[in-house]
Amino acid sequence: MHVEDIMNRNVITLGSTDTIAKAHQLLVDHKIRHIPIVDEDYYIVGIVSDRDIRDASPSIFTTDTDKSVLDKQISTIMSSPVLTAHPLDFVEEVARIFYDREIACLPVVSNEKLVGVITEKDLLYTLIQLTGTHVQGSHIEVKVPHKPGILPEVASVFGNHGVNISSVLIYPYKNNPEYKILVFRVQTMNPQPIIRDLRSSGYELMWPNNIPEPRL
Amino acid sequence: MSQHMKFVFDQSLLNYHFHDNHPFNQIRLILTKELLEASNQLLPEQIITPRSATDEEIALIHDPMYIHAVKSAEQSPIERLTRFGLGTEDTPLFPNMHEASSQIVGATLTAVDAVLKNGATQAVNFAGGLHHGFKNRASGFCIYNDAAIAIKYIREFFGLKVLYVDTDAHHGDGVQEAFYDDPNVCTFSIHETGRYLFPGTGNVNERGIKEGHGYSFNLPIDAFTQDESFISIYETALREIAEFFQPDIIVTQNGADSHFFDPLTHLCGSMAIYEKIPETALEISKRYCHGRWIALGGGGYDIWRVVPRAWAQVWNIMKDEKPQNGVLPNEWINKWQKDAPTTLPLTWHDSEEIIPAIPRKIEIEEKNQYTLKSLLKYTQVKRS
Repeated sequence: MHVEDIMNRNVITLGSTDTIAKAHQLLVDHKIRHIPIVDEDYYIVGIVSDRDIRDASPSIFTTDTDKSVLDKQISTIMSSPVLTAHPLDFVEEVARIFYDREIACLPVVSNEKLVGVITEKDLLYTLIQLTGTHVQGSHIEVKVPHKPGILPEVASVFGNHGVNISSVLIYPYKNNPEYKILVFRVQTMNPQPIIRDLRSSGYELMWPNNIPEPRL
Repeated sequence: MSQHMKFVFDQSLLNYHFHDNHPFNQIRLILTKELLEASNQLLPEQIITPRSATDEEIALIHDPMYIHAVKSAEQSPIERLTRFGLGTEDTPLFPNMHEASSQIVGATLTAVDAVLKNGATQAVNFAGGLHHGFKNRASGFCIYNDAAIAIKYIREFFGLKVLYVDTDAHHGDGVQEAFYDDPNVCTFSIHETGRYLFPGTGNVNERGIKEGHGYSFNLPIDAFTQDESFISIYETALREIAEFFQPDIIVTQNGADSHFFDPLTHLCGSMAIYEKIPETALEISKRYCHGRWIALGGGGYDIWRVVPRAWAQVWNIMKDEKPQNGVLPNEWINKWQKDAPTTLPLTWHDSEEIIPAIPRKIEIEEKNQYTLKSLLKYTQVKRS
């Protein structure tokens, strides 16, 4: 999945001579946490986060505060140079950068111009899509030996029942490299025939299907 | 009291039939009705024949495009149908689908009319409670969402504050969504956690939006919760929610699929929960709603051993304020045993020996208590 598939194209920006007060207002109005700072050619010259602005603001506990500091130019507190992403970068590369650099937003740049932003929130939303939990479905976990060919073997049981799979994830099984957990999300309210077939084919099912049913 | 209760029934309600191997089977209605009749609990004058719902009434909730898709389903290409959740494994096509589905909606509206127009205190329609129907889409065995339509109908024509209580093992997602921003309809669904079970939603954090924030309540409980923990948290939650919301009328969805015999779920309850559910509903309806209570059916996939007893107890409790106990009438067992693929139960209760013992009981109960506490965070803050 490419950055361009999930990035936000409507970017709120400021120029480096705008005031800190203006930046603060934008954060509040748009419920955002980062503002890329651009020049007249939309070339990125810096970025500010809500934390930068809070650091620059007087404490809520001080009385008779002098708010004139908020009239300073944004260039006085912005970070630069700026880490950026390209629209054709992979989403997982961005996740890696967020994790390693402990940041939560990357401006997306193409032909030296700002074309979008990608944030931690976009990545989490994508993760929800990947798990398939955004659509109605039932969730089945199967513990399998970590060996070639096992995924199509198990998936064929689902295929035989003509049920749509909305996502498949492969998890490690605790710290045991010999096994994997296959997680299927299927679009049916009645996964019972599939569960019965998986069980009778000898696959080990995880909670809550690992308890033998009293009813069968 | 009994002359003020109505039981909506007609043979035509059985036309909502996907196919013979489908888990959703409305033979449950006949089994329930005959169990009550054989127990001398249901009189002919209490039975009312349902009307059908008009398209305008269905459109209180559903998009006219979707209604059209249901009507013309048999002449439509499959790709068009799946967009509307029709023609799938869960909601396959069947003949006269629109008519059968509007009949169920009509039956639920008949129950509403009985109470709000015709002087009954309580009414039941066990054919209804199809809580997974959405504005634009069928799902989870449900085509038209009769419960949501009835609630909207109560809002539009009677202006009452409605408390919807959904005790199906699956989350009442369609009804929740229909009133997610409405502070005059409070929805409460207790269900097996959506981590494994369809539809997957119903997290405790789903609380409504805009004006309706704080009026959607979800109590997702763990697989293998069993009676004791289920009953205790259900009773506490419902009492707190009712005190907070002060409803004018209560609509219950009485899905009967939390029993250990049910093939689709893992809650592993026994008949005991199907006594406490209606008992608490009765208590709330008396305390806040002048007794006004509309009870619907819902899920329930052990149609022989579980559903007839569970639904009959709803009626028994409405009528006598207590459940039936002891043995089931022989007449009913003798008539139906030959059709049943399993041995029919002999008593209203389940004997202790057949209730399965479950590992991790203590952890499950602790987790449920924690969820209950998060659920009630908002009700306990007194609003100004």
